Amino acid sequence: MSHWQTLPFVLFLLLAALGRPVLADDLLMARAPHPFPEAMLDLQTAIAEHGYHVSHVQRVDVGLGRSGFKTDKYRIVFFGKADEVRELLQRHPALAPYLPLKITLFAEADDTLLTTFDPTMLTRLAPQDADFILRLKRWKNDLRSIFHEMREGD
Amino acid sequence: MRLALLILLLALPLAGALAAPDGARLFREHCSACHGFDGQGGMGLPLSLPDFLAVADDAYLTRTIRHGRPGRLMPAFRELGDSQVQAIVGFIRGLQPGIPAPPSNDEPVAGDARRGADLYRKHCQRCHGADGWGGRGTGVTFSRPRDFPVMPPALNNPGFQAAASDRFIRRTLLHGRRGTPMPSFRERGLSEQDVDDIVRYVRQLGRAPGSWRPPAEQPPVLMFDSPYSLAQTVANIKRAVVGNNFRTVRVQPLETGLRPPGEESPGQYVIFFCNFEFANRALGLDPRVGLFLPCQITVLKTADGGVKVMSMNPKFMSRIYNNRELDEACDEMHDLYLSIMEEATL
Ligand code: HEC
Ligand code: HEC
Repeated sequence: MSHWQTLPFVLFLLLAALGRPVLADDLLMARAPHPFPEAMLDLQTAIAEHGYHVSHVQRVDVGLGRSGFKTDKYRIVFFGKADEVRELLQRHPALAPYLPLKITLFAEADDTLLTTFDPTMLTRLAPQDADFILRLKRWKNDLRSIFHEMREGD
Repeated sequence: MRLALLILLLALPLAGALAAPDGARLFREHCSACHGFDGQGGMGLPLSLPDFLAVADDAYLTRTIRHGRPGRLMPAFRELGDSQVQAIVGFIRGLQPGIPAPPSNDEPVAGDARRGADLYRKHCQRCHGADGWGGRGTGVTFSRPRDFPVMPPALNNPGFQAAASDRFIRRTLLHGRRGTPMPSFRERGLSEQDVDDIVRYVRQLGRAPGSWRPPAEQPPVLMFDSPYSLAQTVANIKRAVVGNNFRTVRVQPLETGLRPPGEESPGQYVIFFCNFEFANRALGLDPRVGLFLPCQITVLKTADGGVKVMSMNPKFMSRIYNNRELDEACDEMHDLYLSIMEEATL
């Protein structure tokens, strides 16, 4: 084999090693350097820019005050792609409890914290379906990218 | 010539990878969600206090990053390279540039653990717990109602035990941490021998049996077949929710908000329900539990005309939180989901 034939292979290995995420974390988290109302808007914009539709924003603050919480700034943002949700649920009904996707956000002083879980955790719902697994990976990449933007405040 | 080109091509991406890692950026990405952008604390402890950095040696910081705190939120960062961990430690040091790092020294401290046990019960237990499990909840208290402005960490934690040298624990006890409830026991009048005795006892806490393990792998979804129609099943669930002391928040098509009203799939419904006392207790333990809220059960009509009832499995989700206290709440929720779905499909 000449060097030219091995080169792409070697490069591939190298890039694969470097491109591996530093931390395969199941719980994705980010701190956004913005107060809650601004972060809420930024998040909805980022979700839309990644091609998803915000379907619903759920308040979790009803009754929090009564229990002694001093904040009412706690929300869950649901989002998805309409056609993708319908099509995937036809193939894999067991995915239903996890759709639409969601991100929680809550205020901590002048920052806002975001949490979601890594959708590739759901691979085992249909480990043979390559297309399904590809979608989970795409969701994960989008979520990471959204969290990165929120963290950097841009 | 070809070989030279190959080497050059190989070296290019490597050069980027070998450049000194950026500690500030790494801290922002991996630590700031819990410890704040400048180490002021959050779900994790403050890292920028002068009294902390005066006693925390580099080995303590490095090992804490590597081991995390199993069952107390902080994950183990095993995938970071040594130079990356070093860069993060450098960033933390830089939060108090005037304070030099104390020497790392793993030499044991001699003392009498039995005397230490008595002193621990007298001076430490009310904050760090009888067996060293720490306070309920972690880190700095912001808006959640809790027992302390900064929650006492778990001293029996295998991550803490692996990270802390005897000398580090001793320095911590003598020094205390101004800006947190942790007092200086030198100022409280304990002798150096008293402190060494306590150090020996704190070491024993780490060897006590019954330490936390992550819950076993679980299936992601709880699922039941319903012998009833979709509408009847939804009605049954609403009744079972109330019977279990929860309150129905909303019933809506799964596609609500994704499609215009009226165009949602008619065979997919979600029942949202809540119990404020339960939700607030969980939020006090771990503010990230919002992913479980509100509780929801989905009812689906399948292609063959059957009706399925399902929920996410709280035991599956609890694994990823690395929070021992939350595991109990998740077990409770798991049983609740099962009993509601069982009742509704009986
Ligand atoms: C009034 C409550 C209180 C008392 C009493 C108390 N502590 Fe603490 N302790 C804390 C808090 C809060 C922290 C975290 C401080 C911080 O944020 O840096 C802490 C931190 C520590 C740490 C550092 C652990 C880590 O993970 O960083 C050790 C070790 C410790 N305490 C041991 C003791 C011992 C031993 C005693 C008794 C001699 C004691 N503490 C008494 C509240 C207390
Ligand atoms: C998911 C939240 C979380 C993340 C992410 C996290 N930590 Fe922690 N960390 C904690 C908690 C909580 C504690 C205290 C554990 C306890 O209360 O028992 C802690 C404790 C520590 C301590 C000991 C502090 C003391 O007073 O002794 C250090 C040092 C530390 N973390 C550094 C880091 C670094 C560096 C990173 C990033 C590489 C990081 N942590 C990521 C939650 C987190």
